[in-house]
Formats: sequence, structure tokens, C-alpha cells
Amino acid sequence: MKTIQTVGMYPVFNRSGKETRATHYCAGCGHGIIHKLITEAMVDLGIQDRTIIVNPIGCSVFGYYYWDCGNVGAAHGRASAVGTAINRVKKDAVVISYQGDGDLAAIGFNHTFQAANRGEHMAVFFVNNAIYGMTGGQMAPTSLVGMKTKTSPFGRDPLTMGYPTHVCEIFNQLKAPVFIARVSVADTKRIMQAKAAIRKALEIQRDKKGYAFVELISPCPTNLGVNALKAAQFCIDQMEKEYPLGTFRDETANAEVRQPVKGKPSPKEFFEDDSHQVPPAVIDPAAKELRLKFTGFGGQGILSLGICVAEAAREERRFTSWYPSYGPEQRGGSAQCSVVISGSPIGSPAVDHPDVLVCMNQPSYERYIGDVVPGGVAIVDSTVPLEVAPPEGVTVHRMPAIDLSLQLGVPKAANTMMLAALMKLGVTGLQREHLLNALYASFKKKPELVEKNRVLVQEAEKWIEENLLK
Amino acid sequence: MTTKFIKGNEAVIIGALYAGCDAYFGYPITPASEIAHAAAKWFPSVGREFLQAECETASLNMLYGAAAAGALAMTATSGPGMSLMQEAISYMAGANLPGVIVTVMRAGPGLGNVYPEQGDYNQAVKGGGHGNYQCICLAPNSAQEMCDLTMKAFELSFKYLTPAIVLCDGLLGQMMETLTLPEREMPRPETSSWAVHGNAETRPNLITSIFLDAPAQEEHNIQLQAKYERMKVEVASEEYLTEDADLVLLGYGISSRIARTAAEVLRSQGYKVGVFRPISLNPFPIDAMAKALEGRRAMAIELSSGQFRDDALMHLSRDAKRYQEIGLCNHMGGIVVSVDEVVAAAKKYMNWA
Repeated sequence: MKTIQTVGMYPVFNRSGKETRATHYCAGCGHGIIHKLITEAMVDLGIQDRTIIVNPIGCSVFGYYYWDCGNVGAAHGRASAVGTAINRVKKDAVVISYQGDGDLAAIGFNHTFQAANRGEHMAVFFVNNAIYGMTGGQMAPTSLVGMKTKTSPFGRDPLTMGYPTHVCEIFNQLKAPVFIARVSVADTKRIMQAKAAIRKALEIQRDKKGYAFVELISPCPTNLGVNALKAAQFCIDQMEKEYPLGTFRDETANAEVRQPVKGKPSPKEFFEDDSHQVPPAVIDPAAKELRLKFTGFGGQGILSLGICVAEAAREERRFTSWYPSYGPEQRGGSAQCSVVISGSPIGSPAVDHPDVLVCMNQPSYERYIGDVVPGGVAIVDSTVPLEVAPPEGVTVHRMPAIDLSLQLGVPKAANTMMLAALMKLGVTGLQREHLLNALYASFKKKPELVEKNRVLVQEAEKWIEENLLK
Repeated sequence: MTTKFIKGNEAVIIGALYAGCDAYFGYPITPASEIAHAAAKWFPSVGREFLQAECETASLNMLYGAAAAGALAMTATSGPGMSLMQEAISYMAGANLPGVIVTVMRAGPGLGNVYPEQGDYNQAVKGGGHGNYQCICLAPNSAQEMCDLTMKAFELSFKYLTPAIVLCDGLLGQMMETLTLPEREMPRPETSSWAVHGNAETRPNLITSIFLDAPAQEEHNIQLQAKYERMKVEVASEEYLTEDADLVLLGYGISSRIARTAAEVLRSQGYKVGVFRPISLNPFPIDAMAKALEGRRAMAIELSSGQFRDDALMHLSRDAKRYQEIGLCNHMGGIVVSVDEVVAAAKKYMNWA
């Protein structure tokens, strides 16, 4: 075979290792013309090296045998999702998504629509031939009303099969796309218009201006069951009635050029930029494992109370875990969390038998008081009626956390009152200073609350001294 | 050395960024959403891409696209979303593309609920997509490992050019523990030999999984199997008090933590109990497990119908060419096996008074 020189396209079709100059497309098919128009624009604009074409599933699945540029094959319908990611990670690339009507407007419609709505930087070439090609002549979203296909053998009945999908018109409702046009490759005049539209879409990519969508009405003689000329005539006479040609939008002049992201810290710089450093835990076989459970209603600060205790334990270089209840119940219903403090690596972070139980509502008290180990302690809000007796050997302290916080005018601080009780009663074995620091650190974003809580803690400790420790 | 008290789900993103992850594509789902929340905050803070996709099908096809362009990309999800991702996982495996998927298991099947389960073992370890493919699958059991094994997943995924799955559950994702930050960021893997970067050097590269010629497709499959065979050196496991044990508790992820506490309780009562924990589920640490179980009885602790137990049995019978009974102590539906239940089940299984 004589060697010929080509630019932008490979000189021979190389599928299955058999070199041929015949393409795999049928005579009269529009794909070959569209491939050539894209290639010419790519070469003319000098973007061949930068171009990555996402090849779809369908007749054009073998696009990469023709285009001499970067090629990626996508799953059926997913080319716009694949193209989205490529343009996000390769900001200098020119990304083309090449899709047929089944691929783009049926199985992949949402991906295409969402990519258009996000204004992804890519050119989408939508080949509309009103039928499934490679799969063998089934009805497409763009098949015309009354059109007979393998899956609409009696003609497309809009009452049961819906109406032809007008993708350009739908996308024209979106704000982000820069360019939307419908063209045809059914005759020479139309091919010249298609050439201009394709070139425009690629210029937009070259200039990093945003999303461009070009629908191409294209003949499929094989699946329409007619010769090449009649297939082209079908495009002109019937498809253009349903799908009028034209430019729906051209915002090229107003589109903003995408700018590169400015200098950012590395992950190491970003994550190590912490003012307060806590050293890792150390093994201390002498330390007895302490298991705590905090319970109450969502909104009472149960989870953050547990975190304060856990943070204080970390400060003392203990192994520490905090495990919350989560899911629907964290919003409004009961809330609880488990904290384990240990001198060795922690096994189960779930606390079934707490040494310390903090209860801020009645259902939690009744549900968990029986689980407290002998010798354990329960701190129960004074509003909770003790209708269920605690197990033998369990000490119950009544703490008016809710009432005190109300009296002091900070109803949300009942958990601070409970923390004061944990400190004053010494049940965690953790230093007061560490617990207080953890509490104040939890208000990092609301520093005005630190002073308020300092007063609350003092009041609560005073109450405990006068009432619980006498 | 910097430490943070952090949720397992958040630790995943720290690991990913230290691994050099360029992009996060994801769709929210409980109990994995904190991973997306952390990614949405931290990826842009260090100049990386975060994109909330339109669905999980899109997320994973975006992972495919990013990987095709040679980028390190990840997503995170839970069972229902993971089911939608199976299509693109198969395509990635077929096209030899790397990427990391973190799946935080919840109770199923169907909608199920959002509490911890391990019922997606087969989905992650055996794969729910089409074709003769395998993914690397790692199972962390702490916030530290949620970070470290996410990094490891990137390393192995790019070494073997196949997707890597980090398999965890809602409990691990939600619990907070101390994380010691990785000492250094991972060096960037070389991808120019296969990826399509949109430059002159990589212009001839092609990413696809189609081989219409049947013998070529078979050869492609043979190459994939050879790769999975090579992957077997990456096995990882951990043992606790197994040397003198009469009973070895088997568990991965959160179940291994419960097993550890149960072993301590049983030891305090005079029974010799240890724990064997696979860290890599694919490749499966069969040699280490067979050795740990030699002459001992075994019981699996898991939050599923026994999917992990059955897989352990399969590995034992195939690779060690022997059959060994493995007991089962489990829960489904979002109920966590308690230490008490493991202790009771172990005593019953061993006929201990």
C-alpha cells in the first residue's frame, strides 16, 4: 500500500491489525464527514496535541482509529461525565465529547445536561440521525413521530413513546453554555455551515471560554433502509422540520476566560498549620480503661460534651475514642455518644457497660441505667424522675444542669454544667485544667462564649460543693 | 509530629491529599457524607478539584475520565451508591485505570438503613460489575488506618493500574480517634507511558476496554489475571495474642476491634483467645491466616450474613487445601455485635463452661 501523508487523522484504518483505507462506516453515513470537519478544525487551530476526544459507544466507538490525538473510550452515555473529569484535571487540554442520539439523549441525558449546566469546558458534538446505529436500528429519543424502527415497528406513537427530544432547545434554557447550534451534514451547503459551527466550538475551547454544544443532523442510510441520497433527503425534508437548523446562542464575545488557580499550600503545610499540638498517646499498663456514655436529647450538647472529655484525655496522652449515635435520630430524637479512655490501644469503641453514665433525659436514664457497672457512677439531670432503681453498687448523683443553665440565662449550656459535675466529682480521673481547656477550645469560633462559660462553670462548681460534696 | 482528633471519614481525605489526590468526585450519602464534606472544604484549600456529581454513576465515570488523563482521583459512597458505580468500576478495571473508591457500608439490601453493617463484603471484594476483573480491597479499623490505607490504596492502585477499594463501615466513619498525620506526601506516580495528558508525548496513548477480536480479548483477560496474581505479594494482616490461643477470632474492620475487646475479656476469665485480622481483603492474606489457625479453632465476627466467613473458608480450602470449620457470631440490619455476645458465642462454640 502506498504511504500517504495525513495530518490530524491516521492514513489507514487499522482495526484488527488489517490496514485498509476503507472506513468502518457505511456508504452515505454522516460520521465520516463530521470526523473530517473536526480534524480539519483541530489542525487549523493548532490544537492537535492538546486535544482529547472522548469516544462514545455506538458506531463512532472506533473514532480513535481515525483521530490522531489523545483518545479515551467511555461507557455508553457517560462521555460527558468522563469529559467533565478530564477538563477538571487537565485545564490546558481541549476536551471533545462526541456522542450519538441514544448515548447522549437517552441513557446519558442527565450527564450531558448536568455538564452543560455546570458549563464544563468542553465541546460536545451530538450526532443526531434519529435512530440507533450500531445496535441495529432501534428507536432513538430523536426518532420522528410515526417513524418505524426495530422497536417501534408500527411507527413511533407519541402517546406511548413520547415525542422527539429537542436537546438544543432544552439546553438553551440553561445559563452556562457559551455556544449552542444545530447544523446538518446532508449536503455541501449545510456541511460548510457545520464546519463553521465545529470550528467555533473548538475556538471556544482553545480560548478557555466554556461549554459549546453542536448538534449535527446526520444521515444513516443503513438503518433507515434507504440509499445514501434518500437518507440525506430525509434529513433535509423531514428531520429539519422537527429540528430546525440555526445558532441558538453565541455568547463567545462575553464569555469569561478561565484563569489558572493561584498558589495554594501543600497538604503538609495546610494540615500541619495547627497552633495547638497534642502529642500521640503512650502505652501505660497501669491506667485502668474508663468507659463513658453521654445520653440525652439532640440539641442538649451531648455529643460535644463527649468530645470535650475525649480531648482532655488526649491531652493526658491516653488512647481515646469517641463514637456517636448517628442517622435520623441525631436530629431531634435521642442523642448519645460513647467515649473510651485507655492506657493501651482501644478495642471496641462502643460502650455497652459504662463506668460513667451522664443522663440528660428520662428515656436515656431508663434505657441505660441498668448497664452501668457495679462501682460505676451516673450523673443524672434533676428533671429526670428516678422511677427505675439503679443497679446495686452504682452511685447516682442528681445534677440540676438544665435548671441551673436556665437560671443563669444560658439554656444551651446544660452540657457545661454536666462537665463541671464530671470535674468536681472527679469521676474521669482527668485534670480540671485539661477539661476546661477542652471546653474553651470548643468555642474557638465563638470566643465570646469562653468568658460566659467560665462563669457558668464557677456557678455550677459552687452548687456542687454546697449540695453534692457536703 | 502533628495529631488531630478526627472522624474516620475525615481522615480519609487527609490520607487522599497526602497521597497527592488531584480530584474528588462524589454524591452525598449517609453514612459517607462527611468524606464529601471534608473534601469540599480541603480539596480547594490545597488547590485540588472537588465536584459534586449528579449521581454515583457519574462520580465513577468521572473517576474513569480523571484516571484516563493520568490524575489521582477518588470518590466515596455507601452501598446503594456503590451499586451504581459497578458499571464504571468494571470499565476502569478493563481499561487498566487506577483510582480509589471508599465505601462506608450501611445496612441493606435495598434502602436498608444507615447503621453499620458489613453486608457489602462480596460487592467490594468479589466485585459487582461484569467481567473477569478484581479490585484491590483494603479494610481499615481505625481513624489512623482510614488515612493510611487510603494512601496505600492510591499507591497500590497506581502500581497495578486497577481500582482500589477502601472498605469500611458507618461506625468507623463516624467515630473520632487520634490521627497522627503522615510524615510526608507521596511521590507522584509516573503516568506518561499510558495516560492521555493532552500533550504531544501522550498523543498516541489510548484508553479503552474494547477488543472486538475474541482472541485479543482473551489475551487481555489473561494479562489481567497475571496482574492479579502479581498483586498477591501485597497481602497485609495483623494478629493479637494468637501464639498460645485455643480459639482465634476472625474479623476485619470494626469487627476486629470488637473481637479484640472480647479476646481481652475472655483472657481475663482464663480462656486462651486471640484475634486474626486481614488488613487486605483482596489480595487475601491466606498464608498468614492458615498459619494463625493451624491446630486452633476459629470463629468469625462480622456484621453480615457470613460473607467474610465464607470467603475465609473458600481461601482455606483452595489455597491450604483443607477444610476447617469456622464458627460465626454476627448481626445484620445495622446492629453492632456486642462484646458480651462474642464472649457468650465463643464459650458456647468451644464448650467452655
